[in-house]
Amino acid sequence: MITATNLALLAFLAVLAWAIARIRNLFVVTMLAGIYSLLTATVFVLLDAVDVAFTEAAVGAGITTVLFLSALLLTDREAKPRKNRLASLGPMVLVVLLGAALVYTTLDPRMPHYGDAKAPAHGRLAPEFLADTVKQVGADKPTATHIPNVVTTTLASYRGFDTLGEVVVIFTAGVGVLILLGGNATRRRRRNPAPREESSGAGSSGKGAGA
Amino acid sequence: MWESFLGLYNYWIVILLMMAGFYIVMSRHNLVKKLIGLNIFQSSVFLFYISVGKVADGTAPIIEKGIFSYSNPLPHVLILTAIVVGVATTSLGLALVVRLKEAYGTIEEDEINEMDAAD
Repeated sequence: MITATNLALLAFLAVLAWAIARIRNLFVVTMLAGIYSLLTATVFVLLDAVDVAFTEAAVGAGITTVLFLSALLLTDREAKPRKNRLASLGPMVLVVLLGAALVYTTLDPRMPHYGDAKAPAHGRLAPEFLADTVKQVGADKPTATHIPNVVTTTLASYRGFDTLGEVVVIFTAGVGVLILLGGNATRRRRRNPAPREESSGAGSSGKGAGA
Repeated sequence: MWESFLGLYNYWIVILLMMAGFYIVMSRHNLVKKLIGLNIFQSSVFLFYISVGKVADGTAPIIEKGIFSYSNPLPHVLILTAIVVGVATTSLGLALVVRLKEAYGTIEEDEINEMDAAD
């Protein structure tokens, strides 16, 4: 049953990706991307990654969709049709070849199958983390002071520095967004008086103040 | 045959999604659409990591009485970080798109290139 759900959900993801490539209305595309994220979160639950599913549903389906919607508000709602239809033939050939090569590598008999408990990925670190958490929790008497969730304990201890780096990345991105969009005064100073920017300047600076 | 199809199906879908994202990034001129393509590419990598971490008959890695088989928690930890970093980069990309719209009046890459060539 779970296998069938897995098959169906992943097939849905493929269909959604195809629709996102086809549709030109950017609002529809954004909504489809939100659905795509939510479906990914569901797949994560099936694959036992409950914490990742949580984050994907909140951040991927929630915040990302809001970000895209606010960007659409400040830019265009509709993607223009391609002038030259043949131009996308090259990328198509490239991705088909690359995809075929990747599929060919998965056919190698050494490729661990899905769910294989003997896969090299489960080798050294993961059993250690599991054993550590079991030791803390006390195996059969979980107490309120210890955290039974292995992902949480690993994230806070072994990968604590990594989480610090993550915060630095978010901070840098926030500063970058503020520099790019913040403050109309800065923007007016930067804008040089070329004719084509004059024409779009009045409308966009008004919208920029609203953001 | 059926067993190896089920064993490799997740990887094939991951490859398909990754190539779909890559194709959108390369072939579409609209910058917002390019960013969505990047997001699809990115989430295919997430799916790959989580698929690798799955252990058959395992459960979510939360220690509980009477359960002895858990899925690998390490990919989950890595991908948790990656999702949040992905949103940070997406927001920065969207900010760039908004600035480009203000400067050029369009978010189509080919039109921007034409304007740059005309200058």
